[in-house]
Amino acid sequence: MSYAPYAVAAWICVVGLYGIVTSRNLIHLGVCLTVTQSSTYVLLLAVGYVHNGGPPIFTGVPPGTRAVDPVVQALTLTDIVVSVTVLALILALALDVHRHAGTIDPDEIAELHG
Amino acid sequence: MSRRARLAIFAPALVGFAALLVWGVAGLPHFGHYRGPYGHVVNRIVIPERHVSNAVNATTYDIRGFDTMGEEFILFAAVTGVVLLLRGSGRTRAEKDDVVRSDVVRAAGAVAPAVVVLVGLWVAAFGFVTPGGGFQGGVAVAGGAAVLFVTLGYRAWSRLGNESILDPLEGLGAGGYVVVGVAALASGLPFLTNIFGFGVAGTLRSGGSAELLNWAAAIEVAAANLILMTEFVEQYLVRGRS
Repeated sequence: MSYAPYAVAAWICVVGLYGIVTSRNLIHLGVCLTVTQSSTYVLLLAVGYVHNGGPPIFTGVPPGTRAVDPVVQALTLTDIVVSVTVLALILALALDVHRHAGTIDPDEIAELHG
Repeated sequence: MSRRARLAIFAPALVGFAALLVWGVAGLPHFGHYRGPYGHVVNRIVIPERHVSNAVNATTYDIRGFDTMGEEFILFAAVTGVVLLLRGSGRTRAEKDDVVRSDVVRAAGAVAPAVVVLVGLWVAAFGFVTPGGGFQGGVAVAGGAAVLFVTLGYRAWSRLGNESILDPLEGLGAGGYVVVGVAALASGLPFLTNIFGFGVAGTLRSGGSAELLNWAAAIEVAAANLILMTEFVEQYLVRGRS
């Protein structure tokens, strides 16, 4: 079972991609992109896990206590912030598309311009 | 393109991607058998060299502080993009009726935002001692202000949620981070060097310059989230912009 967390990350990534490919709604598409990006949180945290390691916070624990990698946790934090801002931009673009095309179905938008 | 055609293109790509994933994961160390040196190094040095007991925040605001500055500007640029897309000219004020009539909800609105904002400030302030930090605290503070809109309606919200308050705050957060870095340059040290001393580990006075960067990030994140909320709320409430 030592590869299970990596398999979870891969599954979340593929599920999100499937959602993007089959999406009929730009807002749904944005959320699917966020799901795909969430797989990187799982992957980063899984890579940084140390067997029997505690949290990398050393308040009230003796120095040298075994702890997980704090660097990947900081990267995950960055990742989440970027994910939120990208989603905000996509939602704003979806609003703009709806204003101009009257729909947020990618297929119908393509027909309008095709 | 039809849904079936899209899936037909996606399927072979997925097979290739799956092969790539399996190949990549097979080369990773087994779960729990961490191999990289950096995590162990950071965990060993944060208390003796940085006097910070939260290694994640020591990474974010000190060891990797320069990257976090870039990240702050990603947030800043994205918010600017949203504002450019949504903030139209000749805007009228909210016209939809969104008055909250329930006394219970309004009473909650008088208490809940203060409590949530206080928790957010606490999370940001103790970021170098316990789990938390500027990014998490900033989001919580913005959440507290959002409760104001939910419980008291747009009129109460718009006193806080307007660009004349939030835009300068966001600039202060993003610019303040750079100012702390430039202050080190001005005293003849490399950019973002800690110039205020490291303080005492496990107390609010730990971190030195990094503590200021932590607060700059908290202000930036809170203001950025509130600007995003303001723009989307106005899209919903302001008429005549179809």
